[in-house]
Amino acid sequence: MKRKRLALDEDAVVRRALRELPSPARRLFLRRALTLGGLSLLSGCTLVDEESAERVLIEVSRFNDEVQAWLFDPNRLAPTYPESMITRPFPFNAYYDRDEVPEVDAEPYRLEIGGLVADRHAWTLPELRRLPQTDQVTRHICVEGWSAIGKWGGVRFSDFLKRVGADLTAKYVGFSCLDDYSTSIDMATALHPQTLLALSYDGRTLPPEYGFPMKLRIPTKLGFKNPKHIAAIFVTNVYPGGYWEDRGYNWFSGS
Amino acid sequence: MKTAKVHPLWLRLTHWINALAVLVMVASGWRIYNASPIFAFHFPDSITLGGWLAGALLWHFAAMWVLAANGVVYLALNFASGRFPRRFLPLHARDVLRDLGAAVRGRLAHDDPWHYNAVQKLAYVFAVLDLVVLVLSGLVVWKSVQFPLLRELFGGYDSARVVHFLAMAALVGFTALHVAMAALVPKTLLLMTRGR
Repeated sequence: MKRKRLALDEDAVVRRALRELPSPARRLFLRRALTLGGLSLLSGCTLVDEESAERVLIEVSRFNDEVQAWLFDPNRLAPTYPESMITRPFPFNAYYDRDEVPEVDAEPYRLEIGGLVADRHAWTLPELRRLPQTDQVTRHICVEGWSAIGKWGGVRFSDFLKRVGADLTAKYVGFSCLDDYSTSIDMATALHPQTLLALSYDGRTLPPEYGFPMKLRIPTKLGFKNPKHIAAIFVTNVYPGGYWEDRGYNWFSGS
Repeated sequence: MKTAKVHPLWLRLTHWINALAVLVMVASGWRIYNASPIFAFHFPDSITLGGWLAGALLWHFAAMWVLAANGVVYLALNFASGRFPRRFLPLHARDVLRDLGAAVRGRLAHDDPWHYNAVQKLAYVFAVLDLVVLVLSGLVVWKSVQFPLLRELFGGYDSARVVHFLAMAALVGFTALHVAMAALVPKTLLLMTRGR
C-alpha cells in the first residue's frame, strides 16, 4: 500500500501542478470577480477594495457555517427513495478525471484512526465488513447544482465513532484520502443516523470511481463533503479545513 | 408648506438596497447556474459575478442576507403604515386590461404620481410575490433537507431549482420593463431618489 501510494504521488504531483495552472488560486478569485461586468460598469471603476471585499465575504461564509449548524436538526432525516429512482449511471465527479482514479489494493489497505480517540488501531477491510451494515437510497446534491440518487451501504458512522472511543464532544472529524483529497465535518453531522462509512454501492463492493475502498456518505451535506478513498480519520478540536474549503467553498455546506 | 413626499425615505432606501441586492444575486446566480446549466445554454462569464463557482457562491450567500433582511423591513413597514393596500389595492383584472390597452395605444396617463395605474399595480405586486418565490425556492435549493415542507411544496430539490431559475427570469423581465418605463418617464426616477 505504501509503495502504491508513493507511485500515485509522483504522477499526481505533476498532474496537479498542471491542473493548478489555469485554475484560479484562492486569492485570485475575487480579484477577477470585481473587475467583471455589472458592478464595475455601475461605478466606472473598482467598486471596493478587493482585499477587504474578500475578507468580508469569508467572514459571512463563517457566519453562514454557524447559521447552518444552528439549522441542522440531528434528528431530521434526508428523504429516501425507492431503488427504481436510482440514477443510472450514477455520475462520476472528482477534482481529477476518471482515468486518474486511484487504484487501491484491498489486502494491504488499513484505515488509520487518529486524534481524540481511545482505540487507534488501524482497520482492515474484512474487520470493517464484519461490523453491522446498513444501506440507504438518498439524493447526492453537488455544489454545482445537479443531483443524483444512489444507494450506499456500510457502517453507521456514529456506531463506528463510538466503537473506537472517539471524543463525541470534539468539534470536528477530519478525513485525509488516498487521492490527496481532504475534508472535515462537524461532530453533529458525523453522528447523524444517515451518515455512513460506505463500503458498497448499489449492493456491490464500492467501485474505484465511487471511492474504493470506502467513502463517507453524508446525505445532509453537499457532495464534496463526502470524501472518497479514505486513508485516515481523525477527531479534533482544531479546524482542519479541506481541499475545496481552503479554496473558498463554504465549510459547513449542509443540504 | 413643504411638498409632501410621494415615497417616504424608508421606501426609497429599501427600493435601492433591493435593487443592489438583486443585481448581486442575479449576477452571481448566473455564474452558479453555469456550473451545471439546467437548459441548453449558459450565461456569458463576462456578465457574471464571482470569477468562479466558489466566488459566486460567496457573493450569493452574502447578498441573500441583504435581500432577505431588506425585504422583511420593506414588507413590515409597508403593511404597518397601510401603504401596501393604499397603493396596490383594489386590483381588478378589468382595470388591468383597460390600462394595458391604453398603454399599448400610448395613452396611459402618468400625471398623478400618487396613484399607480392598474398595470403598475399588477407589475409591482408581481415583483414582490416573485421575490417571495425566489427566496422560498432558494431556501429549498440551499437546504432541501432542513426545509421538508417547503421542499415538498416546490416538488423536490430538482424542481425547486427550476422554479428558482424561472422566478429569476421573471424578475429580470420585470426589471427590464421597469427600467424602460422609468427611462420613458424620468420624473419617476426623481421620485424614487428625492422623494418628490
